[in-house]
Amino acid sequence: MSQTVTPASVPEAAEPVRIAVVSAKTTVVLAVLTLALAAAVGLAAQSGDTSFRLAVPTDVVRLPTVSVPSTATAWIVVVLMAVATAESLRRYLARRPTPLWLVALFAVVGLVGFLAWAAAGGTIPVIGLLAGSLLLAVPLVFGALGGVLGERVGVVNIAIDGQLLLGAFAAAVVASLTGSAWVGVVAAMAAGALVALVLGVFAIRYFVDQVIVGVVLNVLIVGVTSFLFSQVLTENTESLNTPPRLSAVAVPLLGDIPVVGPILFRQSPLVYLLYMTVAVVTYALYRTKWGLRVRAVGEHPKAADTVGIDVIRTRFTTILIAGAVAGAGGAFYTLVSVPAFNREMTGGAGYIALAAVIFGKWDPIRSTLAALLFGFASNLQGVLSVLGSPVPSQFMLMLPYVVTIFAVAGLVGRSRPPAAAGLPYRKG
Amino acid sequence: MQLALRDITKRFGALVANDHISLTVEPGEIHCLLGENGAGKSTLMNVLYGLYQADEGQILLDGEPRHFSGPGDAMAAGIGMVHQHFMLIPVFTVAENVMLGHEATRLGGTLDLDAARARVREISDRFGFHLDPDARVEDLPVGVQQRVEIVKALSRDAEVLVFDEPTAVLTPQETDELMAIMRQLRDAGTAIVFITHKLREVREVADRITVIRLGKVVGEAEPTASNAELAALMVGRAVELTVAKQPARTGDDALVVSGLTVTDAGGQVHLDDVDFTIRAGEVLAVAGVQGNGQTELTEALVGLQQHVRGSIRLDGHELVGRSVRDVLDSGVGFIPEDRQIDGLVGAFSIAENLMLDRSTDAPFVRRGAVQRDALEAFARDRLTEYDVRAPGIHTPVANLSGGNQQKVVVARELSRDLRLLVAAQPTRGVDVGSIEFIHKQLIATRDAGIPVLVVSTELDEVVALADRIMVLYRGRVVGIVPADTPRDVLGLMMTGERPSGVSA
Repeated sequence: MSQTVTPASVPEAAEPVRIAVVSAKTTVVLAVLTLALAAAVGLAAQSGDTSFRLAVPTDVVRLPTVSVPSTATAWIVVVLMAVATAESLRRYLARRPTPLWLVALFAVVGLVGFLAWAAAGGTIPVIGLLAGSLLLAVPLVFGALGGVLGERVGVVNIAIDGQLLLGAFAAAVVASLTGSAWVGVVAAMAAGALVALVLGVFAIRYFVDQVIVGVVLNVLIVGVTSFLFSQVLTENTESLNTPPRLSAVAVPLLGDIPVVGPILFRQSPLVYLLYMTVAVVTYALYRTKWGLRVRAVGEHPKAADTVGIDVIRTRFTTILIAGAVAGAGGAFYTLVSVPAFNREMTGGAGYIALAAVIFGKWDPIRSTLAALLFGFASNLQGVLSVLGSPVPSQFMLMLPYVVTIFAVAGLVGRSRPPAAAGLPYRKG
Repeated sequence: MQLALRDITKRFGALVANDHISLTVEPGEIHCLLGENGAGKSTLMNVLYGLYQADEGQILLDGEPRHFSGPGDAMAAGIGMVHQHFMLIPVFTVAENVMLGHEATRLGGTLDLDAARARVREISDRFGFHLDPDARVEDLPVGVQQRVEIVKALSRDAEVLVFDEPTAVLTPQETDELMAIMRQLRDAGTAIVFITHKLREVREVADRITVIRLGKVVGEAEPTASNAELAALMVGRAVELTVAKQPARTGDDALVVSGLTVTDAGGQVHLDDVDFTIRAGEVLAVAGVQGNGQTELTEALVGLQQHVRGSIRLDGHELVGRSVRDVLDSGVGFIPEDRQIDGLVGAFSIAENLMLDRSTDAPFVRRGAVQRDALEAFARDRLTEYDVRAPGIHTPVANLSGGNQQKVVVARELSRDLRLLVAAQPTRGVDVGSIEFIHKQLIATRDAGIPVLVVSTELDEVVALADRIMVLYRGRVVGIVPADTPRDVLGLMMTGERPSGVSA
């Protein structure tokens, strides 16, 4: 058999063949939200104007307050939302995904419409709403950064909530004893690292299932802090549970910028620590030798081992740092929010931080943004209940959690966790 | 640098994986370590690389005894390894993978990626690899990924390079290129240890050959030794390297596959409009490099794939869209490609594994109760018939060797009433003795008038068993050719090129 071989034509494609798979999820969600607002406005029309206040009394340059007719604005917004939904549907039918900018635009417009309707006859303090969102997001962002670091090195950290809670406890007690809020922050970080150490010993050293250890730790810390609170702290409130506060400090110049200044730069020093932590974690993870090794261990620990990286040690040091970061978030509760420890005061924030990790696709910046979104949902609920909106307050209390579920279940899209997250590493 | 291993012994519990193995590798020499799967080659290399600690013995570099407590030590001493399963981070770039573990940094621990890129380019140019330092490793073909592994080792100035079964995932052409690279490295003065069980490659490239069997060095051989001599050394007895078979007596078209397209949940197409026919009493062997749609093909035939379009007709009955149970009941036997994952339940006994796909009714189950007596009698018969070496029918299959495990799978599938046999990688990780036996069983099945589909990534096996050969590349059929097609033509077809005169 003689055959001459010619570089023939058969599978010419250099790339693997793909059939586009476009999910209808986004389109459906947009349609449901549009209908929901239309139904709200149609069934419970509100009369009067809604004002959006864009300045605070201390501003150097004061922007005017914007007033719009409530019902008319809401209807205009419903129409705009319907247009955006139609565009999303058109793209879906053409087998193309809905772009992120369309979703973002939809969200912003929809929010304005919702506020115009919900706060009819009242004034929405836009600055206060956003600045408060940032403040409420502080423990979520710290927790999420701790979660990102842990998962990137291959350890799933369910114990974020425990780290926040023990951090809050330690910050309250140590700051009360020493009279220094900053020593309290350091104590909070140490407490978070302590939780991480326990997690590490069981999960890394003894290969216990990471999720189970994390859940058990959370329950344990709720129990321990509640016990100590009722047995020790309430007896000695004066000496042990009256920490000094980290009150808001305005940054010179930056704090005077209209709108942005009061939101970002007239905050508690813990918020400034947060900015630095986000920047440092992001830089360290992507640009340094340490970060490269952390990511390698989280993706393929055996490969890291074969190039001489100590997997166990890298995992331990990284989750200790992650624990310290999450613990710092705990200081928010007792040094910024309420200057006293109370039992179970995190209210499950650690789990929302965990959701932010996933929603943020294991990236520090995206996870921070996700945590800010959840903070916004919490604060919106508070602001609206003060304004007396037509939405029942019980429903508004659900808002942060509903947003979490939608975000994680519906809108994440394709994302890939670090390949070795949750898997213990055994040599050989 | 000269590498010498002296009396290395490594035990895992009662099992002696390496029993006083001694080996010397000179600079500028390719030393082949030949042995069957499970002979202890990889254990030995993991000892050398610091992944395991030897119980006895010494590692000498240029006559100096050295102790490696981890791979870091071994690399620092100048030992590099190209692992069988690549030790690369898929989501990292080439440069990041090469620099990992010995990163060049600027102030404050910041990565110096430019230095890493330059290093990759320099080494890659020296050997003509054409590597793009910024390409993501997961996007590269397997052969190129292997070059990244080589560059990784060389970037640490390795003077001893260990290649652990490097050709398992390569096309014949890529294998030839790898051989050329190994010679080039040798000529540059590198000491090379080449671990393999493929005789053809050994004879082509080795300067010296050491044969290992059951953890012991059983002899040295010259590269001029014949295949039969090497095989006899490796197995410990004379081996038949070819499968004795008569020309096929084929009947009517039995399995007719047309327009078969398989996609995964993410929309990626793994099998693209595949047509073929197998006649009764014929072996159609599917050749191709791993990952070109073979897995999806065999799973689609048994009904294990979710997104299947097209038609699979067995003796006129449509199989697409039917449940796995239905497909098995219509007489399809299936030897899955990974017996440990899909073929057996490790903790179950041999007897229980033999009834795994017949757990619904007679003879093993009546009114919902397992018929122990019938099962045990059946299991004892199969144990003798298929030469399964085991203490008894109640031994958990996890305790058996790879070859004996595979015989259990083959026994189970062949003892049903078959109208089609689908065998995926029937002898992967199986000792030579068992390979002979399994091949005979497959041919006997064919001679009983049953159509047989064999998938193998080993070209030798394809050629030995096939009556016709179908080559798959990226989910498409490159061509269906006679069994006597020259190997180099098959090799080219495996890279997607269709020789003129071959129809699809």
